[in-house]
Amino acid sequence: MDVKSVRGFVGNKLSFSEVSASDGVKMAAEMAPEDVVSIITASGLKGRGGAGFPTGKKWEYAFGQEGHPKYIIGNADEGEPGTFKDRLILTDFPELVFAGMAIAGCAVGAEFGILYLRAEYGWLREHLEAAIAHCREKGLLGKAIGGGKDFSFDISIRMGSGAYICGEETALLESLEGRRGDARNRIPFPVQAGYLGKPTVVNNVETLAWVPCILVKGPSWFAGMGTRKAPGAWLFSVSGDCKRPGIYEYPFGTSLRQILADVGADNPKAVQVGGASGNCVPPSGFDRTMTPGDLATGGSIIVFGPGQDMFAVAENFQHFFADESCGQCIPCRVGNQRLLEAIARMRANGLDKDSERTVRQLAQTMSVASKCGLGQMSPRAFLSILNNFAGELPGHA
Amino acid sequence: MEHEHEEAGAKKILHATINGVAVEAEENETILHCARRYGVYIPTLCELDDIDHTPGTCRVCLVEFEMPSGDGKTKLATSCNTPVVEGMTVQTRSPRARSAQRLQVELLLADHDQDCATCVRHGSCELQDVAQFVGLHENRFYKPSFVEKRPVDDSSPAMIRDMSKCIRCQRCIAICREGQGVDALVQVGIGQDKAVGLRFGLSQKESTCVTCGQCVLVCPTGALGERDETDKVLDWIYDPEIITVFQFAPAVRVAFGEEFGLPPGANVQGQIITALKRIGADIVLDTNFGADLVIMEESAELLKRLASGSRPTFTSCCPAWINFAEIHYPEILPYLSSTKSPMQSMGMICKTYLPEKMVLDPKKIRTIAIMPCTAKKDEAARLQLQFDGKAEIDVVLTTREFARMLRREGINIAKLEPSDFDNPYMGEFSGAGAIFGTTGGVMEAAVRTMYYVANGKEYDAIEFEQLRGFEGVRSATVDMGGSIGIVKVAMCHGLKPAREIAELVLAGKADFDFIEVMACPGGCVDGGGNLRSKKAYMPNALKRRATLYNVDRQQHVRQSHNNEQIKTLYRDFLEKPYSDKAHHLLHTMYTDRKQTLTRTVKEIWEDLTISDPLY
Repeated sequence: MDVKSVRGFVGNKLSFSEVSASDGVKMAAEMAPEDVVSIITASGLKGRGGAGFPTGKKWEYAFGQEGHPKYIIGNADEGEPGTFKDRLILTDFPELVFAGMAIAGCAVGAEFGILYLRAEYGWLREHLEAAIAHCREKGLLGKAIGGGKDFSFDISIRMGSGAYICGEETALLESLEGRRGDARNRIPFPVQAGYLGKPTVVNNVETLAWVPCILVKGPSWFAGMGTRKAPGAWLFSVSGDCKRPGIYEYPFGTSLRQILADVGADNPKAVQVGGASGNCVPPSGFDRTMTPGDLATGGSIIVFGPGQDMFAVAENFQHFFADESCGQCIPCRVGNQRLLEAIARMRANGLDKDSERTVRQLAQTMSVASKCGLGQMSPRAFLSILNNFAGELPGHA
Repeated sequence: MEHEHEEAGAKKILHATINGVAVEAEENETILHCARRYGVYIPTLCELDDIDHTPGTCRVCLVEFEMPSGDGKTKLATSCNTPVVEGMTVQTRSPRARSAQRLQVELLLADHDQDCATCVRHGSCELQDVAQFVGLHENRFYKPSFVEKRPVDDSSPAMIRDMSKCIRCQRCIAICREGQGVDALVQVGIGQDKAVGLRFGLSQKESTCVTCGQCVLVCPTGALGERDETDKVLDWIYDPEIITVFQFAPAVRVAFGEEFGLPPGANVQGQIITALKRIGADIVLDTNFGADLVIMEESAELLKRLASGSRPTFTSCCPAWINFAEIHYPEILPYLSSTKSPMQSMGMICKTYLPEKMVLDPKKIRTIAIMPCTAKKDEAARLQLQFDGKAEIDVVLTTREFARMLRREGINIAKLEPSDFDNPYMGEFSGAGAIFGTTGGVMEAAVRTMYYVANGKEYDAIEFEQLRGFEGVRSATVDMGGSIGIVKVAMCHGLKPAREIAELVLAGKADFDFIEVMACPGGCVDGGGNLRSKKAYMPNALKRRATLYNVDRQQHVRQSHNNEQIKTLYRDFLEKPYSDKAHHLLHTMYTDRKQTLTRTVKEIWEDLTISDPLY
């Protein structure tokens, strides 16, 4: 399959197209690992998988670990509903991702990387293998790629098996080790004991792609794109009721209203920011900005037009979570199922005060008590819809 | 971030408060662990410290805490896997913590059989305890259909797995995988369908499970247990036509008193005899007699095998070990002793020799064995162990079922006067028979008799200290002298060590003559049919073991071959050890039951398609 023919619409010019992957690797290979880490730290790059953990800090922890060998995992399990930016990066800029992994390896002292590719992207594998082969030819990957330094780094691709939960880094590690994709306890963290119990950096595809860009163009170039508190730019997957869905690059601090205007969303009723596990923003919040701390984002925007039934949206998301919960911890297993049924009930019969208190308590305990991000995030969409659109329920005054 | 082992001896001490009390914690110590050291109870369900199991799935141990830089903001976290941080303030009883704990229990009960009074764990259930602790008074999220669709696997003669009572703590999976190395149990399904199942989707009966029952000992609820056959036994007891012949295993008498408030390890042999008589047992015998009989047969067999140069020989009295060998290591079956277990030997003699001596109709006899073991139920159901189309042992009751039966009959053994075995034909036992219940005991009993056969006199010291360690695998060299000379023996308890030994033997790397295997860690005193403990695994192993050795010391006769009733049995009935008649009645055979995969993972994989969009 020609990967170019299925890539998403790109709304504006991407920074990625200006950077050569091999320059980034060469620069990193000539630097001390600590310096690579401090450049990434200085850029303010944060994880693009959704949690937004500072990448430099993660690498610093991994660098400080004594275990050996260390591993770099590229998380290409892009499963968040409404998110497809990583697919574009993998089709159009795979070398940046592999370069990012090599640079990470250089920075933390790892010689081996794994790209964990979601099962649904299986058709991309051939293309990515070819890109890896190309990188090896160019000397970006393989033995002694560091010029004078004795640094080797190579990557293999491993396929996911279709579970949403495997995008969560500890579940991903379980899956890589050949077990069920169930989240682990998060202490120890993967940087302490990850893949095969060794220090492991798990970074999202987009995070990795930014890495060579930051090295080549400098941390101040990257930081200069956003605001002081939220440096950098972000790729957004835009879908839903708008004229120009696709993938857009915006600096942090851009208002939701501007993005909606750019993508041709006429009079939207609500916008889901951050995929199914994100927040549903009503029109009163359209002036909020895409900034961690304001509207955190996993890089996805779903526009809901005036005709949408918001509780149908909530039920749809909830159905997704009830199906995708791995089922190991109690708030997520029972909570998601019961919340799904509660939404169906309130769509049919409305919501009285007692039921509302119970359902809010359930959603609350899911978000504080679940073992991993799936359960913690799953009630967010519902809660934001309940907070903003309760008037759509039958019998509501 | 943690720094492993900065320097030995220079452990960093952290300071925090729990419920306002200043505490000191070691680096990386969890809040739960620290709280326990200071006597602060935090409810837990999935965690089991004794087997180092902290899956973090029940979420019941939530506590509220504030970091030193928290600006008054508190957070909730599971105390089982959150380490103490310098300056942290922990509240385990704040309204927020209590409410969060209560909600987790409420959610656990939303997906749990509500019919507590019909459950075998009623009154001794960890989930009930925790529900009481958190003050649960409503169950808003309960949905009957959750429970109705949960499978109950009752395919096995020994074990029942009831998923409607499972809380997904995964302790059973951990003990089966990490503890026993059998790895028969797996997690199945996702989301609401998540459950514990058997590998390859098989039923309990067809699976690679060896029914050792260690999973039952760690299960916090009534999800795992034995097939309850107490009613069958009560029916026979109250049927005047039926002659009930009870026997109970060496380990039962030292692992039963706890149920009635006696100290762990107390020997309640006499009280058990009284209790059985009180509820109407016709004949009460001791499995120790069977153990003596087995020693006679097994040592004769062993000497024969040694003479023919066939080595090693594995013991065969542990049914979970037999299951393990048949299912997991069929190549090792030729090395297994053909001697039946003490229980089965007793059953056979009870249905042949005993009715002859006592002038009873063998058809009216029902043999009931009280065993600290779940696999014994499996053993009793074996086709190889049928005699004239009838079972040698009609029912096996685990120690737990026996406790249940006594309670149903209104009997408290703590209040009973002890009495003695009174059967003139099968009531006597030697000290050697008694120690069968603990690891190394079968070996020691056999060695005592073999020493006598080799030298024509008893071993002076009687006890063979070199056989008495507690490591998973132990080996020893015993100089038998006389016609036998040096004998190299090994003993292992737990199936992980058993696997090690089996691998060594098959690789030709084991230099042993005789190998004792007990499938349960500790041997029968910690067998899978014992009373359950709460939040503990094998807490009384060594106390029970010590009592068995004391029973041996107090016995007038300490070698199987000196048991007068055994001598009479051979003289009047069996002729001599390993005679044709003995071989016919007291020896058995084994079958290869290895599980073979009929489909490869690759084939299954190729069948999978990404399903139609659901959302």
